[in-house]
Amino acid sequence: MKRTAVLIILGAFAFAQSASAQTLKTVKDRGLLICGANGTLAGFGLPDAQGKWTGLDVDVCRAIAAAIFNDADKVKFVPLSAKDRFTALQSGEVDVLVRNTTWTSSRDTSLGLNFTGVDYYDGQGFMVRKSLKVNSALELNGASVCVQQGTTTELNLADYFRAHNMQLKSVTFATANEAVKAYDAGRCDSYTTDASGLAAERLRLANPNDHVILPEIISKEPLGPAVRHGDDQWFDIVKWVLFAMINAEELGVNSKNVDEMLKSSNPDVKRLLGTEGNYGEQLGLTKDWVVRIVRLVGNYGEVFERNVGSGSPLKIDRGLNKLWNKGGIQYAPPVR
Amino acid sequence: MRRSAAEHETTEIAFVRRTPLAPQPPPKTMTGALGWLRANLLSTPLNVALTVGVALLLAFAVPELVRFLIVDAVWTGEGRDACLESVQHREIGACWPFIWERLPYFIYGSYPIPERWRVDLFFAMLAVAIAWLMWLDAPRRDLGVFYAFVVLPICAYVLLHGVAAFGLPVVDTVLWGGVLVTLVVASVGIACSLPLGIMLALGRRSRMPAVRLLSTVFIEFVRGVPLITVLFMASVMLPLFVPQYLEPDKLLRALIGIALFASAYMAEVVRAGLQAIPRGQYEGAMAIGLRYWAMMRLVILPQALRITIPNIVNTYIGLFKDTTLVFIVGIFDFLRTIEVARIDPKWATPVTSTTGYAVAAIFYLVFCYGMSRYSRAVEARLAAGESR
Repeated sequence: MKRTAVLIILGAFAFAQSASAQTLKTVKDRGLLICGANGTLAGFGLPDAQGKWTGLDVDVCRAIAAAIFNDADKVKFVPLSAKDRFTALQSGEVDVLVRNTTWTSSRDTSLGLNFTGVDYYDGQGFMVRKSLKVNSALELNGASVCVQQGTTTELNLADYFRAHNMQLKSVTFATANEAVKAYDAGRCDSYTTDASGLAAERLRLANPNDHVILPEIISKEPLGPAVRHGDDQWFDIVKWVLFAMINAEELGVNSKNVDEMLKSSNPDVKRLLGTEGNYGEQLGLTKDWVVRIVRLVGNYGEVFERNVGSGSPLKIDRGLNKLWNKGGIQYAPPVR
Repeated sequence: MRRSAAEHETTEIAFVRRTPLAPQPPPKTMTGALGWLRANLLSTPLNVALTVGVALLLAFAVPELVRFLIVDAVWTGEGRDACLESVQHREIGACWPFIWERLPYFIYGSYPIPERWRVDLFFAMLAVAIAWLMWLDAPRRDLGVFYAFVVLPICAYVLLHGVAAFGLPVVDTVLWGGVLVTLVVASVGIACSLPLGIMLALGRRSRMPAVRLLSTVFIEFVRGVPLITVLFMASVMLPLFVPQYLEPDKLLRALIGIALFASAYMAEVVRAGLQAIPRGQYEGAMAIGLRYWAMMRLVILPQALRITIPNIVNTYIGLFKDTTLVFIVGIFDFLRTIEVARIDPKWATPVTSTTGYAVAAIFYLVFCYGMSRYSRAVEARLAAGESR
């Protein structure tokens, strides 16, 4: 009840804000994109040793800045906690929220947000010791599972075991850190969290190679950028920046060959890079908006590999995040 | 022995000692290390038990600590492999190369690298101010006060925030972090809380009803609300109620919150000191014709503040550690930068978090113990007049 009341109030504020929303103009006048990010999630949003922000979500923000300003550094990252991220977006404190936020119906509607796409298909997975000789989550009947308290992860876990008629002994902890420590110390047979988190946590174990992540993904966690209701132009821009990155990968345009690709005769490439048509102007940007994104930040594949894939310590397999024509489900509508 | 000599005396004098006995050294058990042990550690059965208990605790903790921090520690390396037991095939203690690599981040946060000299200059100026104020025999301490409370804040603002007109590019406070934020927040809190606290304490004891009521309401209200709530409200709710251009900077919100908070606590500490001063002091001061402010400045406050030094420092130490709460408004203070760094997969090992937290513990211990020692020295000096 209380929660609903809060949602209604926040929704009302979002509505009040949106009436006068001209986000692109505000951003251009300010000369800076303000992006709500995580700040404490490896691979998605984390400052490095020089204090420079890195991560998949962070690079999506950089791509938006690159498309608008032709400068990927004209972006200010505001670290947000899971609690205050939606308020920050609704109140206009940030222009766009790219903070490993799961796209759900209630967030898309009653919270007054618009999700613009999916930059990472995540889902809950399991990690077990290799010595347990378990190859599937369905063999976990009667296993004890370390999990963080009060999260959707904990609920998904119970649902999954009940749905498959398996006995569950869940061992809950207040923080993810404690749960991992306990798993490493042998208090549970398995540890569960989102698959991207599993990869990062595995590195922290005493012997990472003694542990394996099971193939089953038991929940859908599509993570993507979100904007406020009520500014369709801004919604389009954020949506198409991500689509452009995915299209660039599909058409083989990357940060190294983008200048050669400008001479390409492939009509799809010509439309994407703005050598034909005026698709950038239709968005309120410039003709070369995709060139800027790809040159300064990279295409989706480059960004993925650099932050969470083979080019990073996380070494997460692309899995569902492969392009639709490579066995995954990353698919972007065409630029035309 | 002496008695037996006396018995002999009555019968027959066989020997008369002409020279006094050379002083004997005290018994071995009463002097030196042994004597000290007996007097300080083993004087009563309770003390013996306590000593044994503490010794056991130390024997348990110290070797482990030394082993982790020094003996088994890794001192050089390029990445997580250097600190992994499975790679190095030995017990691994603290992972120091992780700290070396991340040290600039712990100190400056995301402050732009070409501008970091400004932070260094600020640290130097702050050190001068602290030394000038804390060294009680320093020359021209009046000038020191002016420097610390007028020159330094202005210079700090110009240096750290930047003024484009002076050729110093503006650095948004979102980029500040690490030790810089911790010291800025702590110094502002410490510098503001004592004067404000004294005002509030005087206000609460004032004979003017309006002043008394306002001070009491302020103190009770602020003490009745958790700091974390105030910071959270300031960061989440404020933006909903005021237009964006009126919104104060996040760090400024945290600074104001912490300064007001600390001053409410300080007010009660100072009030305790004021109440401990005998009425005679007030009456005597009034009898020689001092007005209210002169009486307070010359007679009452010097005595009241001296009594309350331990409590003032107690509040300061609490405040110093409370600065970690600014992470709630999305500012990365020293502790938060360590929390962030330990997540970095480049250094992901089982010991990374422990090493980071050990560094945090040492940092806070050094600062808090430093404050505590200094206050003891000041107390001893101010109490010199009474010890005769």
